[in-house]
Amino acid sequence: MNLKELYQEIILDHGKNPRNLRKSENFNKDAKGHNPLCGDNVHIFLKLDEKKKIEDISFEGSGCAISMASASIMTELLNGKNESQTKEIINDFLEMIKNKDKLDNDNLNENEKTKLMSLSGVKQYPMRVKCATLAWHTLTSAVNDSQEDLNIEKI
Amino acid sequence: MNIENIKKEFPIFSNKVQNNDLVYLDSANSSQKPQIVIDRIYDFYTKEFSNVGRSVHYLAVAATNFYENTRKSVQKYINAEFADEIVFTKGATEAINLVANTFGQKFLNEGDDVLLTELEHHSNYVPWHFLRKTKKININFAEINDFGEITIESIKKAITNKTKIIALTHLSNVTGAILPIKEIISLAHSKNIPVLIDGCQGAPHLNLDMQDIDCDFYAISCHKMYGPTGLGVLYAKKKWLEVLPPYQGGGGMINEVNKEGITYGELPNKYEAGTMATAQVIAFNESIKFLENIGIKNIEKHENEVIKYGEEILRKNNSVKLIGNPKSRGGVLSFNIDGIHPHDIATILDEDGVAIRAGHHCCQILHKKLNLTASARASVGVYNIKEDFEKLNESINKCKKIFDI
Repeated sequence: MNLKELYQEIILDHGKNPRNLRKSENFNKDAKGHNPLCGDNVHIFLKLDEKKKIEDISFEGSGCAISMASASIMTELLNGKNESQTKEIINDFLEMIKNKDKLDNDNLNENEKTKLMSLSGVKQYPMRVKCATLAWHTLTSAVNDSQEDLNIEKI
Repeated sequence: MNIENIKKEFPIFSNKVQNNDLVYLDSANSSQKPQIVIDRIYDFYTKEFSNVGRSVHYLAVAATNFYENTRKSVQKYINAEFADEIVFTKGATEAINLVANTFGQKFLNEGDDVLLTELEHHSNYVPWHFLRKTKKININFAEINDFGEITIESIKKAITNKTKIIALTHLSNVTGAILPIKEIISLAHSKNIPVLIDGCQGAPHLNLDMQDIDCDFYAISCHKMYGPTGLGVLYAKKKWLEVLPPYQGGGGMINEVNKEGITYGELPNKYEAGTMATAQVIAFNESIKFLENIGIKNIEKHENEVIKYGEEILRKNNSVKLIGNPKSRGGVLSFNIDGIHPHDIATILDEDGVAIRAGHHCCQILHKKLNLTASARASVGVYNIKEDFEKLNESINKCKKIFDI
């Protein structure tokens, strides 16, 4: 186990000062997710343009440093991405957290990938993986227009 | 009483956990097990195993005797009037479900009130909530005061002329408050209202005397009392067990079975359908002996000293905020640190071998009342020492350093 890897500078920074922690004006998609075990919750807002490109992405919610940092970094990296890029990045991230050493998709540059890989330390803490994936699964719900609130326990 | 020797009876402390000495501060969740309890399970399965109460062969008779001996030990330990008032269940949760279900069936009707408190664990709320749906009853909650206590006044205020039963905890698993249950029971009885006590946190730490407190039902969780998992005890006054309907149907709980109808068995068999957690019941006798050998009053005194010391240390630590400040505190200290989520605290503490609980501790009603989503909780057992809280405090300081607080 390696605490330093889990609580890297960038995680602590995003955890304390989450970016895009607000509600997008005129959002046209949104979804709520929560983790009943620990009480973490997140509400993702998306404003997509007519070509389904993300014009603005934001979130509200509360939770541990890992869940807040993950949501914050996610919103930073996905702004401006189109629907297929968004889905590829989500899948790549979730695969990485599960069992991959690196990110494979071509939609992020090396700097962005490094930023996202800062969350990979969570792999060594099985009880905390859902903290890191909550925002991402909730984003999937928003993109897919899911009518039900997401319960991360069921993932 | 020599804590070092007592601690040696718990084999878990002789092993390293992730290369650390274990600082176990999660006994409100579940206690560790002494060697005699572990050995008893092993011995029963290796040398003495048979089902109880069914066959007439040697092993079956012996197993039945062991099983019934535990019932007598529990009766004596909690000073119940009759051994038949001790019902084994799969846990305190099932004990409360048993009462809510059978009492609800027989005595609750549309519009009746059940009184709980804001301190209740979900296991003493959800079973009553079911009756909201099936019986259209109402649930009222006695409110906590600023210290995280339930006082006799708050119960008085919440009782209505439709209150049919009061169900409340003996000791809060979050604020640590010990409730004045004897006064509450006396008040309730003056209005002919029976009382169920959720004794999950009370039973491992406090002296129990059912005849003295005069409660109608008392639910016990054996795994929090240095005993095996999968086992609980429901104490219920005989007068209730005689009139309430059976809870589960099956073998062992019947008297005579015909195609036309069934008569039910005598107490306590009426409430013990199917093959019970036999090995656990038999091993629980050793937990009772363990508690009796040390003496619950000695345990209470020791745990009090440790928790008071812990409280002092944490109060001195800037940015640690304790939840609740009860005058009478059991072995529970819940806290938050400004700017660090309890799950991050628990993960960082774990790296040092300090095991605490983080979350809502199955008390969402209470956390919502306190405007919290979660909290961190350190809780003690007989094996804890003051140094454990010093280690906790050091690790908390490490959290603060990592989070630059």
